[in-house]
Amino acid sequence: MSLDQILVTGDPMILASQIAILITMIALIVGISYFKKWKYLWSEWFTTVDHKKIGIMYILAGVIMFFRGGVDGLMMKAQTSRPNMEFLDAQHYDEIFTTHGVIMILFMAMPLLIGIMNVVIPLQIGARDVAFPKLNALSFWTFFVGAMLFNISFVIGGSPDAGWTSYFPLAGKEFTPGVGNNYYAISLQIAGIGTLATGINFIVTILKMRAPGMTLMKMPMFTWTSLVTSVIIVAAFPILTVALAFMTLDRLFGTHFFTVAGGGDPMLWLNLFWLWGHPEVYIVVLPAFGMFSEVISTFSRKNLYGYSSMVISIVGIAFLSMLVWVHHFYTMGNSAAVNSVFSITTMAIAIPTGVKIFNWLFTMRKGRIQFSTAMLWSLAFIPCFTIGGVTGVMLAMAAADYQYHNTMFLVAHFHYVLIPGVVFAVFAGLYYWWPKMFGFKLNEKIGKWHFWLFVIGFNLTFMPMFFVGLDGMTRRMYTYSEGLGWEAWLGVSAVGSLIMAAGFAALCYNIYWSFRFASREVGNDPWDARTLEWTMASPAPHYNFAVVPEVDSIDPLWKMKKKGIKAFTKKDLKPIHMPSNSGIPIIMGIAFGIVGFFLVFEWFTLAAIWSLGIIGGLIANSFDYDDGYYVPVDEITKTEGLDDTERKWKGDQ
Amino acid sequence: MEKTNKIFPGKMVFGFFLSIVMTVLAAIVFYTDFTSSVKLWIIGALAIFQAGVQLIMFMHMNEGKSGMINTINIVYSVFIAAVIVAGSIWILSTGHAAHY
Repeated sequence: MSLDQILVTGDPMILASQIAILITMIALIVGISYFKKWKYLWSEWFTTVDHKKIGIMYILAGVIMFFRGGVDGLMMKAQTSRPNMEFLDAQHYDEIFTTHGVIMILFMAMPLLIGIMNVVIPLQIGARDVAFPKLNALSFWTFFVGAMLFNISFVIGGSPDAGWTSYFPLAGKEFTPGVGNNYYAISLQIAGIGTLATGINFIVTILKMRAPGMTLMKMPMFTWTSLVTSVIIVAAFPILTVALAFMTLDRLFGTHFFTVAGGGDPMLWLNLFWLWGHPEVYIVVLPAFGMFSEVISTFSRKNLYGYSSMVISIVGIAFLSMLVWVHHFYTMGNSAAVNSVFSITTMAIAIPTGVKIFNWLFTMRKGRIQFSTAMLWSLAFIPCFTIGGVTGVMLAMAAADYQYHNTMFLVAHFHYVLIPGVVFAVFAGLYYWWPKMFGFKLNEKIGKWHFWLFVIGFNLTFMPMFFVGLDGMTRRMYTYSEGLGWEAWLGVSAVGSLIMAAGFAALCYNIYWSFRFASREVGNDPWDARTLEWTMASPAPHYNFAVVPEVDSIDPLWKMKKKGIKAFTKKDLKPIHMPSNSGIPIIMGIAFGIVGFFLVFEWFTLAAIWSLGIIGGLIANSFDYDDGYYVPVDEITKTEGLDDTERKWKGDQ
Repeated sequence: MEKTNKIFPGKMVFGFFLSIVMTVLAAIVFYTDFTSSVKLWIIGALAIFQAGVQLIMFMHMNEGKSGMINTINIVYSVFIAAVIVAGSIWILSTGHAAHY
């Protein structure tokens, strides 16, 4: 393969990106070397097994991917803002909606949620880390490498262009012969390994490492939703693994799982993709529901209304989530029986979801509501998400779906589900748990700007898409003629997307401003919250709990505060056993990335050689007898501020 | 836990007996004159019972501290596998998508 096939040439925008990426990378390397930060990065971040640091890295990666996916979105909105626009050509538009979809679901929503889960779950259940800390690091690095591999596609070799769903036969070698869709298959496979491992890790952590006294029905709601999410991950991600393996075999080795001519069936791809894809929606939305539950309960000053009905509805959603996948392809020409069954299961999902909505409303009823930024996101979520849910019930009716299928109505629907359901939740979660991660709050005033710009922009962007969809505009349409009556709607939509982008910019500015200027005196419990993560200092010490707490109710901290019980005294302290850092995960991650890159370009010998790196990492790990280390009592005493000579909390500078 | 003090492992012997009976039955079915699809159904059903006997009687799936978790886990796995396999066959083999 010659150089001009590897580097995408001929498009000035991509050339500019290539130059920008090159300059950024040089600047990063020079900057880190100049400030002598390599050792710090390696020993404190790259090799860390601390769940909080891994969580923060997930969140950072998620925010960067949000930027990338957001720019894709803005470009699409610019292209459709006026009829007959010539900003992007058809091929470029195809590539952009494909990467927008994949990045927003798999490399933005997933890492932001898994990042917050990583930070919060062990703190909420009274654990010192996750069950398998080193595996957790490997999960992060495989995710990160998968994301980076996917992201370089647009400058090296060409982006995938068959939609985030990559339907066959279009995604097959016959119709898309370039390397773009190889990137899709390989990078999702690598990232999927990490997600599957995360699912296993959290199931074991939550089932086995809860503080004494915390029975399943005394777990915080976010822990519950994360447990159920992890179960869905373990059930659903192997299906994606198999589907992507078939895709890889078809594209790289000439098999015919999805080509009719060779005896395969392209509908098998749709079937497998959505067998994973639909549960995936619940994988991203359930932890979000958990975050809203925590935030709404904290800022309404009340315990969560209907705790057990909440648990039952989460489990119900998880059960039903595996039974609805055909509603994504009613129009394939199924029998009436298939479409009817899946219509009914789909509509049934609205019931447990409705239960949850009413539980949140009743939690707020007669509560003393504080309108903090985190709470505002939760309040905006309820009406916006309900619009998404109700249009979802419209789409669930198979007969009616023949009208809506693959129109902008559908696109508007799932943005109304996923943006309030996931993005609002992540924002709420970030504002809420930020002090526990970094020891200072995000600025509430800039937060309000972020909130109003984003929510108004979001509604302006996606509300018009319902109407152009009902007017017949199909999804993924890159241009249209004048006089169809869409111009005004799509113009408003494009303006809305700019307002939403301004909201995101406000978030970035908020993070910058707060890092520099926010007060470091936030104490343990800045929000007067209810659960265990607020019993320790902010930011949380690396061992989390100086003494593992005992729990006997749903909101243990609230009870402790009401009764005036102290978490522990100095004489309770014992040495704490912690896991050691390890370089194996990042090295294996890099090996995965290199093997993946060679597989994308079908250079099999090089891929085989580098895959020895992965095997080597596994072997090295098997012979790693490091049992961790103990944090001595002196150090704990000092960190906790129990030292008589130096009574200082981290915040009191 | 108290049961381990018993001298005669009745449950184990019963399980052993059951699995031998089912294995022999499967072998007998193979040499009968049923059509092959009937044979497959019977042998398949016996295999599922066999797996159940193994899990419950020898692998102590539902005993001990995590008995409940193990049982839910296995039942859920069977459910998922059935949904994926049976569902896919049903969807891809009915309707006019399969009869073009």
